[in-house]
Amino acid sequence: MQRHDQGTYEYLRHHKRFPHLWCAGCGIGIVMGSIVRSVQNLELNQDDVAIISGIGCTGRMPVYMDFNTMHTTHGRALAFATGLKLARPEMEIIVVMGDGDALAIGGNHFIHAARRNIDLTAVIVNNNIYGMTGGQSSPTTPLDARSATAPYGHIEPPFPITDLAMAAGAPFVARSTVYHVTELDKLMEQAVRKKGFAVLEAVSYCHTTFGRANDLKSPVAMMRLLKDKSIPLQAAARLEEGPDPDQIVRGVFRDDDRPEYTELYDKVIEKAHGTLPPRKRKVRRGWV
Amino acid sequence: MTVQLLQGNRACALGALAAGCRFFAGYPITPSSEIAEIMARELPKLGGKFIQMEDEIASIAAIIGASVGGLKVMTATSGPGFSLMQENIGYAVVAEVPCVVINVMRGGPSTGLPTSPAQGDVMQARWGTHGDHPIIALAPATVLETFELTLAAFNFAEKFRTPVLVLMDEIVGHMREKVALPEVGVSQIVNREMPTVPPEWYEPFGNPPSDVPPLAPFGEGYRYHITGLLHDVRGFPTSRLDEIQPWIDRVFRKIDNNRDEICMWDEDGIDDARVLLVAYGSTARSARQALKLARARYGRKVGLLRLKTLWPFPEEAVERAAENAQRVVVAEMNLGQIALEVERLVGRSKVLRVGRADGQMVTPEQILDAMRASPEQFTRRATPARVQREG
Ligand SMILES: Cc1ncc(C[n+]2csc(CCOP(=O)(O)OP(=O)(O)O)c2C)c(N)n1
Ligand code: SF4
Repeated sequence: MQRHDQGTYEYLRHHKRFPHLWCAGCGIGIVMGSIVRSVQNLELNQDDVAIISGIGCTGRMPVYMDFNTMHTTHGRALAFATGLKLARPEMEIIVVMGDGDALAIGGNHFIHAARRNIDLTAVIVNNNIYGMTGGQSSPTTPLDARSATAPYGHIEPPFPITDLAMAAGAPFVARSTVYHVTELDKLMEQAVRKKGFAVLEAVSYCHTTFGRANDLKSPVAMMRLLKDKSIPLQAAARLEEGPDPDQIVRGVFRDDDRPEYTELYDKVIEKAHGTLPPRKRKVRRGWV
Repeated sequence: MTVQLLQGNRACALGALAAGCRFFAGYPITPSSEIAEIMARELPKLGGKFIQMEDEIASIAAIIGASVGGLKVMTATSGPGFSLMQENIGYAVVAEVPCVVINVMRGGPSTGLPTSPAQGDVMQARWGTHGDHPIIALAPATVLETFELTLAAFNFAEKFRTPVLVLMDEIVGHMREKVALPEVGVSQIVNREMPTVPPEWYEPFGNPPSDVPPLAPFGEGYRYHITGLLHDVRGFPTSRLDEIQPWIDRVFRKIDNNRDEICMWDEDGIDDARVLLVAYGSTARSARQALKLARARYGRKVGLLRLKTLWPFPEEAVERAAENAQRVVVAEMNLGQIALEVERLVGRSKVLRVGRADGQMVTPEQILDAMRASPEQFTRRATPARVQREG
C-alpha cells in the first residue's frame, strides 16, 4: 500500500509510541507535523536536532518524534534548553510549550530567553486553556470565556504573546494557526532557520475542554473559528481602525538581527584567553 | 603544592574546576555568591561557560540541560534558592542526570538570617523533592575538605548518574584557612560512562550489572528520550508495573550497594569513649575542641565521629562508634535533624541533642555543658536555653 506521509514517517517513533495520547481532532498533532516537515525541508540531520518540552498536552509532543528529545518540568523547558544550547551550540533546538507552560509558570524564563536572544526556537501551542489538567483558565484564556476555574466567565485579560515576545526582545516573532498549515509550515521553517530566539505562536484549540465549556464542541467548529476569525498581517495593516481585539492576526511580526547569546559567549571565552571547545559534531559513524 | 590563604567558597569553585566542571548556572545569594563570581571569571579561561539565570529554578534546569549536552555541571545557592530547586533536583534523580548542587547553608526558615550560619537544610536535602528517592549529600568542615568533597561530589555524580548535594555552611564558606591544595591527577577524576553499543541497541535506562547505565550526550548519534515521568529502559513513559518496579529498585540499588564508597567519616578516640560526639560541617570543629577540653579538664573519655557524608546516612559507622558509649551527643546548627537519624539507630534515651537555630555557631562550651548534664536530665529538645539551665 502506498504510504501518504510526505516522507515524514522516518522522523516519528512509529513502532514505539503510537497511537498518541491526544484527543481525536486535537490540533497539537498538526503543529508536530509542521515541526517534522520543517526539519525535513531544511534537511537537518536528525542527530543534530533536539526537541525540548515542558508539561501539558503539548509537552507530550517530543516523545513521538525521533530526535534527541527531553520532556522536562512544567514551565522550565526554555531553561533546560538554554543549558543544552550552551553545551551544544551546534544543535538545532526546538522548544515546544503550551500557553500555560510558556506564559504562566514559565513566563519568567520566556521573557529572559527572549531578552538574552539565545538561539532557540520557541513554539507555543496556544489553545487558550490548560488542556492536560482539564480545562482551567490559562494566561491566554479570552475575557468572558468560561473555563473549569472561571465558571462565571473569565475576568482577566489575555496575554498578547507576540507583543510580549517583541517587548522582551525576541528578534523573530510570528503567528499562524493550525488551520493554515501551509503558512504554519513556512513560518516554522523560518523560525527554525533563524539564528537567535525565534517565537512562533501556533494558535490551536482544545475542543475537549475549552470547546465543551464554550459551546464549541467539535474540532470542526473550532477549526472554522480559526479560519473565520483570523486575518493576515498585511490585510490587518490596511484596516483603518486596526483588527478587532478577538481577531487572530497571522504573519511575521518581526524579523531582525541582534547579537546572539552563544556567539557573544564565544567572545567572552576569547577575552578570557580560553580556547573554544570544538564545534563539530562527533557522530560515531559506521554504526548504521 | 603551594600554600595559600583560601576561602571555603573559593576552595569549592577550585574543587569543581579540578573535577572538570565546565558549566555553571546560578543566581546570586549570600553566602554562596563568591562561588558564582569565581566561576564566571575562571570558566571561560578553560573554554567552559557560566550563565547567570533568572532564578534558581532556571539555574538547576540549565545545568541539567548542559549535563545532557555532555558537560560536568554545577550550581551553588543557599536556603531560599535551595527550596526553589527542589522540583528539578527530583527531575535529575528520575532522569539520572549527573549534577552538583552546592548549598552554603544560612539561617532559615524563609529569608531567615542571610549572613549567619546554619545547618538547617539537612532534612530538606534528604526529602526536599517529592516522592521516594535516594540522594547523596556531603558536608565539609574545613577549607581543604571543601575542595576535596566538591571533587568527590563530581565523581559520585558522574559515576552514579545522580545529583549530588554539598551542604556547606556559612562558616565553612566564608572562613579563610591556610591550605596546600593537592594536585589532582587524572586517576582521581571520574568521567561518566559512554555507551559502546550502536544507537539502536542503546538503553539509556537499562539494567547493567553496575546498575548505572551509560549516558550518551545529546547530539552524538544516540537519539533517545528523557522524561521526568517514570519510564522504561529506553526512556519512554510507562505505567507498567513490570517496568516501573525494576527501575525504582535499580535507582535505589545504585546508591545503596555503594554505601561503602559513598559514606565517609572520620573518628577520634572512639574505641574507649564513654561519651560519643557526633557532628559535621563547622560544628565538628567545635566538637573537636569540646573533646579536647573534656579530656584535659575533666579527664572524660570522649570520642568524636565526624560525618563527611550525611546522605546516605552512615548507619554502620554510627552504630559501631556508639556501641560502647553510654551516651551520644549530637551537635548541629539546627534543632535536631541528624540527631533524628542517630536516635533511630541507638535509641532515644541514649542521645542528647545540642543544637541551636539562632544563627550562632554551636560553641565548644555549649557542647561541654550539655555533656556535663547527667543522663536523667537528658531531654528530647535541647534548646540553648534549656542546656544552659541544666549546665
Ligand atoms: C509545578 C507543576 N504545577 C502544576 C502541574 C500540573 N499541570 C500539568 S499540565 C498543566 C497545564 C497545561 O496547560 P498548557 O501549558 O496550556 O498546555 P496544554 O495541556 O494546554 O497543551 C498543569 C497546570 C505540574 N505538572 N507541575
Ligand atoms: S485535552 Fe485538549 S489540548 Fe489536550 S489533547 Fe485533548 S483536545 Fe488536545
